[in-house]
Amino acid sequence: MNSQFPALIIVVPLIAALLVNIAGWLRKSLCFPVAVAALAASWLFSIGLLHQVLHRGIIAYRMGGWSPPWGIAYRVDHLGGIVLMLVLLVGLINVIATRGTAAQAFNDRLGAFYSLYLLFVTGLMGIIITGDAFNLYVLLEIASLTAYALIGMGGGRAPLSGLHYIFMGTIGASFYLLGIGYLYIVTGSLNMADLAVLLPSVERTSLVKMSFIFCMVGLFIKMAFFPLHGWLPNAYSHAPNPCASLIAPLTTKVMIYVMIRVIFSIYHPDFAFTTMRMGNPIVWLAVIAILAGSILAYRQDRLKRMLAYIIVVEVGYMVGGFWLGNRAGFTGAVLHILNDAMMTLCLFLAVGAIASRIDDDDFTRLQGIFRKMPFTMTAFVIGALSIIGVPPTGGFFSKWYMITGGLQAGHYAFAAALVTSSLVSALLFFRIFEIGYFGTFEKQDTDPHGMATAVQEAPLDMLIALAITAGVVILMGLYSYRLVSMFIDPVVPAAFMGGH
Amino acid sequence: MQELMAVIVAKYNYWGVVVLMMIGLYAMITKTNLVKKIIGMNILQTAIILFYVSIGAKWEAAIPIIAHGHGGNAHLINVAEYMNPLPHVLMLTAIVVSVATLGVALALAIQIHQQYDTLEEDEIIDQLKADYMNRR
Amino acid sequence: MLIESIRPFLAILVSMAAIPILLSSRKPDVREVWTFAAALVKFGIIASMLPAVLAGNTITYTLVPLFAGIDFRLEVDAFGLLFALVSSFLWIVTSAYSIGYMRGLDEHSQTRYYCFFAAALSSTVGVAFSANLLTLYLFYEILSLSTYPLVTHHQDREARSSGRKYLLYILGGSIGLVLPAMIGVYAVTGTLDFVPGGMLNDRIPTVYLLPLLLMFIFGFSKAGIMPMHAWLPAAMVAPTPVSALLHAVAVVKVGAFCVFRVITGVFGPGLLQVHDFGTIICAIASFTIIISSLIALSQDSLKRRLAFSTLGQLSYIVLGAALLTRAGMTGGMLHIAMHAFGKITLFFCAGAIFVATGIKNISEMVGIGKQMPVTMTAFLIGALSVIGLPPCGGFISKWHLAIGTIEAGQLIFLAVLLVSSLLNAAYFLPIVYRAFFCAADASLFENRIKEAPRWCLAPLVVTAIVSVVLFFYPQPFLRLSRLAVGSILGG
Repeated sequence: MNSQFPALIIVVPLIAALLVNIAGWLRKSLCFPVAVAALAASWLFSIGLLHQVLHRGIIAYRMGGWSPPWGIAYRVDHLGGIVLMLVLLVGLINVIATRGTAAQAFNDRLGAFYSLYLLFVTGLMGIIITGDAFNLYVLLEIASLTAYALIGMGGGRAPLSGLHYIFMGTIGASFYLLGIGYLYIVTGSLNMADLAVLLPSVERTSLVKMSFIFCMVGLFIKMAFFPLHGWLPNAYSHAPNPCASLIAPLTTKVMIYVMIRVIFSIYHPDFAFTTMRMGNPIVWLAVIAILAGSILAYRQDRLKRMLAYIIVVEVGYMVGGFWLGNRAGFTGAVLHILNDAMMTLCLFLAVGAIASRIDDDDFTRLQGIFRKMPFTMTAFVIGALSIIGVPPTGGFFSKWYMITGGLQAGHYAFAAALVTSSLVSALLFFRIFEIGYFGTFEKQDTDPHGMATAVQEAPLDMLIALAITAGVVILMGLYSYRLVSMFIDPVVPAAFMGGH
Repeated sequence: MQELMAVIVAKYNYWGVVVLMMIGLYAMITKTNLVKKIIGMNILQTAIILFYVSIGAKWEAAIPIIAHGHGGNAHLINVAEYMNPLPHVLMLTAIVVSVATLGVALALAIQIHQQYDTLEEDEIIDQLKADYMNRR
Repeated sequence: MLIESIRPFLAILVSMAAIPILLSSRKPDVREVWTFAAALVKFGIIASMLPAVLAGNTITYTLVPLFAGIDFRLEVDAFGLLFALVSSFLWIVTSAYSIGYMRGLDEHSQTRYYCFFAAALSSTVGVAFSANLLTLYLFYEILSLSTYPLVTHHQDREARSSGRKYLLYILGGSIGLVLPAMIGVYAVTGTLDFVPGGMLNDRIPTVYLLPLLLMFIFGFSKAGIMPMHAWLPAAMVAPTPVSALLHAVAVVKVGAFCVFRVITGVFGPGLLQVHDFGTIICAIASFTIIISSLIALSQDSLKRRLAFSTLGQLSYIVLGAALLTRAGMTGGMLHIAMHAFGKITLFFCAGAIFVATGIKNISEMVGIGKQMPVTMTAFLIGALSVIGLPPCGGFISKWHLAIGTIEAGQLIFLAVLLVSSLLNAAYFLPIVYRAFFCAADASLFENRIKEAPRWCLAPLVVTAIVSVVLFFYPQPFLRLSRLAVGSILGG
């Protein structure tokens, strides 16, 4: 069974999605246990897989025993292994935390919700460990379609935001498909390992260069890299909370992982940096992304929207860090993928918890919330500190690597943008802390001492999930060195090795 | 001019794909009716599907289905006589994806229609603006 | 000699561990007992390390590696132990004072107050025991965050705007200046460990040295070097025990300590001497000393006057470090201890006056010495210590500083010291004079003047007595300073 982990990881939630749908017709209360069991099983398999990768090196698995180029190969390396485990962890924590809110929000469609949930996670998992470029497209669309549907399940502006997301996401996926179509024309294969062997001889043709640009632009749309981010703020802020806390931490990070995977495993890092010479322009775009995202985040007066723009900023960090082209920048970007998934989960779960007690997420409704929901807000503070970049939370360590990378690459603008956005994030979050702590002094008769004295915390399972997430954020910070040396160092390409 | 015409004629399938893609993108960007946008999206996806299929085509090649089958009548085939089946297979999957996307998009359009009573984007935006003003 | 021991880590952990207990105690008395217990245990652990360090050893403990070449590491050397001793001892005293003050005014959210206080003390000791810049930065940030709820305790408009200033200067300085400087040093040298006598040597191109130095000096805004000082007077909206411990002892001393560490452990006297950067820092510090003393003269609110006085005294410590001489550094280190005891006495008195009479302004404190003799005598002792007159401990540290300026051949700074001591006298002694020797306007004190509550009175008496004792017997601080300076300057 051990050697079948890659297949099992995908198949178990896939079948469970079907079962959950059936359970939704028969008896609603079965949906949640099936979903949790499937995700927990996959998570344990992913830990097993990670263990195998650490001890035996890269794992190559052939689906159904068919060898490439006819069959589809799956390939797990250190980076894929840890991202996989983290994605499943996020999915698992989220499904437990949102049990109550999901039951409330999707009362008659619970089966549909959980089955979409499982399919979304399945799609992401497949994206991470697939070794075939076309399979990547299919799984990309599986993950995206389920995300569109999950977002569209909400009320209010959700369907419209979801539709806009469909439009942009489909354009992105289509560009990616077009890109790998070009590669197919010139090499005759769609297996990533095959392509890596066949491409270098035809690298300099304009066909391959165009394919790279199409793939990259497609992925940039999918990961909401400024200025192709237009779908994200609406989609994430209008999505129902149980969905937002699943999609927001995962989608953009996995898309960034795909970008790294495409550049490393299909094209060659040298091709991207030396032949295409895209490094410098993209880092400058990232600087603009970071600054523009920070400014836009500042102008928001609703919590979820502000967090959505912060995600745009984080994407800027990761893309810029990677395209610096040195080891520190790459380490920072990858570490930030891991950290950002966790801290975004922490923040969105906290928002979900707040929403379970207060209807609106307008800032003015958050008065006195530190008194009302102390534990939730503690987790929120930890997530916020991670975004600002305060040790010992994880966000500090990934920012350190990225700033170091920026300085070493001579890209002082990028380093300055990172520091500036840390300060702006501090401003953004302390604005909220102030409202929560002091109130807004609008009404003269509000006595800050007596304000909202009753503690009305979120339900217990949500609090436990929040506590675990916040704890992981801090642990990932303290053990970032271990993470880097175990999972990221083995993946650093030789081209990046200059500089410590 | 002659060379240009020769190039265009020789690569006519690519030009067709380009035209279709541009039509699709144009529809998605400029049309205000949501269903027309969805149609544009579908045209875009179809264009790419056609692209793949067209690259597997060859002059005077047969459809990649072995007529005589296995068993007693089996005999060697000459691969070069058949079109490349792999893109067809891949595109079957892509068509499914396209249909699924269409389905989700239309479902969302139905919900939007139920909510706003119109499928014109500018009217929806007007309604949203009015809501926003009322709330303030 | 390096000794491995978990005691530094335990010392930090003690107060953190007390927090869950504090949160769960139902009765205020139980909560207070636990605070005392934590403070005593902390002081005990720190004091237990004294013999080893006095013998010339350093105690170290490593937790986790953080980056290649930087560990989350604690190291107890003479200087760190000096600071930790002062802070942990004064926490005991301040806890007692807090009880009297908070109960006397029936303040809200006392549990939250004690919890964040404990966290702040943990981080202070953490800063004292940090073995490298990153660990220092970590605890520095935790300190900034845990003191924010203390500063803004009253949760009114004033507290909010003071809180904003607090964060602006302190987080702005640390994230905007210290962090890039720290990363810059690491990117070039690959290490951030403190080495007595400096670790930079020739590894950084000279053109970067001064900017980095200035980024550190101004970035550690808790040291209050002008112009990064404006948060301190604003922070006086906090309850007095907070002001007392944090702004007279812990927070601001952390800032000065960090600057001292950077000067001696990162850059090093040798390097600074070669480029004559010491003089530049002395000049910056002198500017703060003089200007703050002048501003203090104009303040009517007692706490604000004390705040500006603190700014000046902190720059004495920085001046001592920047003089780069044996006596100068010894004086700077000693001043951490002497000023702590003196200033905290003064803040305790200010709070006692407020609890007993509700008065905050000096102009209203006429004739109060008759009603509150103990308090005002303690105030006098504290004032003498801060001015630097015998028989109070402050004299010893200022004496060393003066010798230090002579050793360095920079007599202008001797003049700065003398002028500022005169200014100190000018803004302290009139308060005492008016309290004791002027007749009170009877209508000002209608009913309630008696001495401050016992829980407030005892601590200020204790710290006043210690200030005097330190004049006659400045141990173990003098020995610790000598040891520390010895390892920095060699021999």
